[in-house]
Amino acid sequence: MSADNESRAERIRRLLDTEGPTVKQNAQGFNEGRYAAMADVDGEKLRSEARRIKEDAIERLPELIETARESVEENGGSVYLADDAADANDYLAEVCADADSVVKSKSMTTEELDVNEGLEAAGVDVTETDLGEFVLQVADEAPSHLIAPGFHKSTDEIAELFNARFDPAEPLETPEQLTTFARDHLGDRIRSADVGMTGANFVLAESGTLALVTNEGNARKCAVTPDTHVAVAGVEKLIPSVDELGPMVELLARSATGQEISQYLSLLTPPTDSPTIDFDSTEPIGGGAEDREFHLVLVDNGRFEMRDDEGLRETLYCVRCGACSNSCANFQHVGGHAFGGETYTGGIATGWEAGVEGTDSAAEFNDLCTGCSRCVNACPVKIDIPWINTVVRDRINRGAEPDAVDSLVDGLVPDDEEPGMDLGKRAFGNVGTLAKLGSATAPVSNWLADSAPVRGLLERGLGVDARRGLPEFQRETLQKWDRKRDAAVREPHDDRAVVLFPDVFTNYVDPERGKAAVRVLEALGVPVRVAGVVGSGRAPFSQGMIATAREQAEAVDDALSPHLDAGRDAVFVEPSDLAMVRSEYEKLLPANRAETLAGGSYEVLEYVYGLLENGVDPEPLPRGDGERLTYHAHCQQRTLGLDAHTEAVLGRLGYDVATTEAECCGMAGSFGYKADYYDLSVAVGESLADEVRESDGPEDRRVVASGTSCEEQLTDLLDRSATHPIELLDPER
Amino acid sequence: MSQPPVSTFTDALDGLGVGWRNTTTADFPAALADAIEAPAVGTALPFEGVSLDGADVTVPPTPAELREATTGVTPVFGGIAQYGSVVVESRPEGDELVALYPERHVAVLRESDLVGGVDDAIEDRRARIAAGRDSAVLATGVSATADMGATVEGVHGPREVHVIVLRDR
Repeated sequence: MSADNESRAERIRRLLDTEGPTVKQNAQGFNEGRYAAMADVDGEKLRSEARRIKEDAIERLPELIETARESVEENGGSVYLADDAADANDYLAEVCADADSVVKSKSMTTEELDVNEGLEAAGVDVTETDLGEFVLQVADEAPSHLIAPGFHKSTDEIAELFNARFDPAEPLETPEQLTTFARDHLGDRIRSADVGMTGANFVLAESGTLALVTNEGNARKCAVTPDTHVAVAGVEKLIPSVDELGPMVELLARSATGQEISQYLSLLTPPTDSPTIDFDSTEPIGGGAEDREFHLVLVDNGRFEMRDDEGLRETLYCVRCGACSNSCANFQHVGGHAFGGETYTGGIATGWEAGVEGTDSAAEFNDLCTGCSRCVNACPVKIDIPWINTVVRDRINRGAEPDAVDSLVDGLVPDDEEPGMDLGKRAFGNVGTLAKLGSATAPVSNWLADSAPVRGLLERGLGVDARRGLPEFQRETLQKWDRKRDAAVREPHDDRAVVLFPDVFTNYVDPERGKAAVRVLEALGVPVRVAGVVGSGRAPFSQGMIATAREQAEAVDDALSPHLDAGRDAVFVEPSDLAMVRSEYEKLLPANRAETLAGGSYEVLEYVYGLLENGVDPEPLPRGDGERLTYHAHCQQRTLGLDAHTEAVLGRLGYDVATTEAECCGMAGSFGYKADYYDLSVAVGESLADEVRESDGPEDRRVVASGTSCEEQLTDLLDRSATHPIELLDPER
Repeated sequence: MSQPPVSTFTDALDGLGVGWRNTTTADFPAALADAIEAPAVGTALPFEGVSLDGADVTVPPTPAELREATTGVTPVFGGIAQYGSVVVESRPEGDELVALYPERHVAVLRESDLVGGVDDAIEDRRARIAAGRDSAVLATGVSATADMGATVEGVHGPREVHVIVLRDR
């Protein structure tokens, strides 16, 4: 946990320098593995099945607990349902009362409960046998990742740690030497242990079977070597039977490490028939299975409350694969010691920490989720992780308990955010209003904003980092320009017509890309008018101001619906605003309204792609003539699967297009402006900038990016300006 | 479920770096002799026409023999062709221990126990769970870790795996 005297910005800076490089290498390695492994299966089908199985299991949880109790007891084991950590630890101390030593395989749930501390206080020697957990036990550190707890440590650091602690005859150096040493050391512990403790990836209620997914073989040894096996699992690990296991097995290893299947999938129905073994005995093995003892400890510790909490319930579907961490650009750069709470790490940790520890623990790291949504398609059970982060952020803003949030979700008056809310967040959330004012008073507002005293005030008062350039507001907004111009379509090619959505940035800061969009569409024969509303509510939504975002969503619905009813298509220049309409409005508006809006809305290059595919002649658009581009698609646009359309259109117009792989640019709307996160934002952006530089070759490529934030970040870091792809298509270019 | 070709399984084993040999009950003793590195321990094979009797394999071993063995020979009750997995059951004879402790596991598989994919293997498990053979490990390749900064094979479980496929069973 952080030292109190270390500021958040200092802590992030330190982790970027120390653990960052190892974390990045490992997280990106897992992430690439996941992409490759998921490409071999029908991921959408498996994920839908897995989601349905978990939804059903959590719905039927009380019944499954009773079924599991009956089956485990019938098998000859015992089941204890622990209300909370203290209750679980008391029970475990009782089970281990006659034990001198316990060996454990990896279990995040026992981390959550502080089982090791509890047993050690009761005089029991506890040894972690997963090599990563063992490293952390020796180092006395907390896990930095759900499945690879020690992946912030390099080989050299582990060697230094082991050499200092164990003083081996020959100093340890290589991964092979460290592994051999740990195996031998832990092997002794396992052979002499009195109790073996495991977690469970799944508990099959009908037969009382545990599914354990491992690679090292330590869970197998812990379960079979001591006579007594104790399994500790959150109640959410229950699924009805072996029938539901298939999709989980297919998805878990692929999502976690990029393996098709883990080395070992143990399906144990303890007490098992394996003979007991006493390494001091000289008798051949065989028999003794009747002496085996099994205890299943099912843990509530806040989970039943989470089940009743609409905002957190989905968290219980989590299978703890860590894909949300690995796919997260922020996590890739700092790891779980910044992006995590008391126990859990990564995007889903906000849900777990809010549920089992409380909102305060989640508040420590919740802002590291920028809502980029790259984890959404990564999650094998389709948890809307950014939404959980948004809901919890809203609660933090309000300093309220879930009850208060329920009334919020039912619709408090917008702009009625709690008085104590962070001022910076409030300012970023209301950026539409500020931009309108800035535009109306431009250029004076720009001179003022850029002056040293004002920048100082912005940094101290609102947390806006003085190193970031501020957007320059334009006096003539896109809407004003549209009102003054004459429509340019002479021969509509068919009955299509477009209403262009002015997002805050396009309207007030960069109307040129809006004008380009209008000219491109009209050149292709589609009449365009600009909508009379500005902003989708993305800004307040990203700050956790759900009520304010809902008010904006309603305003957008009011403004766009007449156009959609009149048969016009809504077209968006800014992907984050389109993603708001397509993905987030379903949480803010009545289902039929959200569905209509989502169905009638398009990203501008997606729309152009559709026109060209339907036979519209691209003749009026300028050609690329082989010009070399590097294209960075917006994170939320990629989640919606809309990056390919831009690539296809640019390719068709004759550009030589290279694309980036980075999950996110690190700017993420307001995130990169915040003084606490500036260094992280730049580190993430530098990873992207490096990719661009690598693709350059002897001459720099032109940089094209679909998102406002991405354009700003790339322009800042590359010293060449990034443009929106629609501007390349502009007939007036 | 239809029987997958044995080549799908052995291709998967190749991908995992797992050794294998197709044989028949008649040629099993020779295949076994080639597969084991002494000292070897094992558990009785319940497959008709094959046995560990006469081989240089201690059945059943004492705990000390188990600890010191280089090779552990066990029957396996299923194989997943797609992934090259084998199913080690927790039999009273001690398959789980013998397949786990020595650094080399030699798995004896009847070809008729091969299934195509994970779903088939789980279907198979369901039937066996109902029959009381309710604990098993689906083992794919050798034990491994990346926790020391690079992938290392042979951690708590075996460092080498070799599968003998009985084509006539």
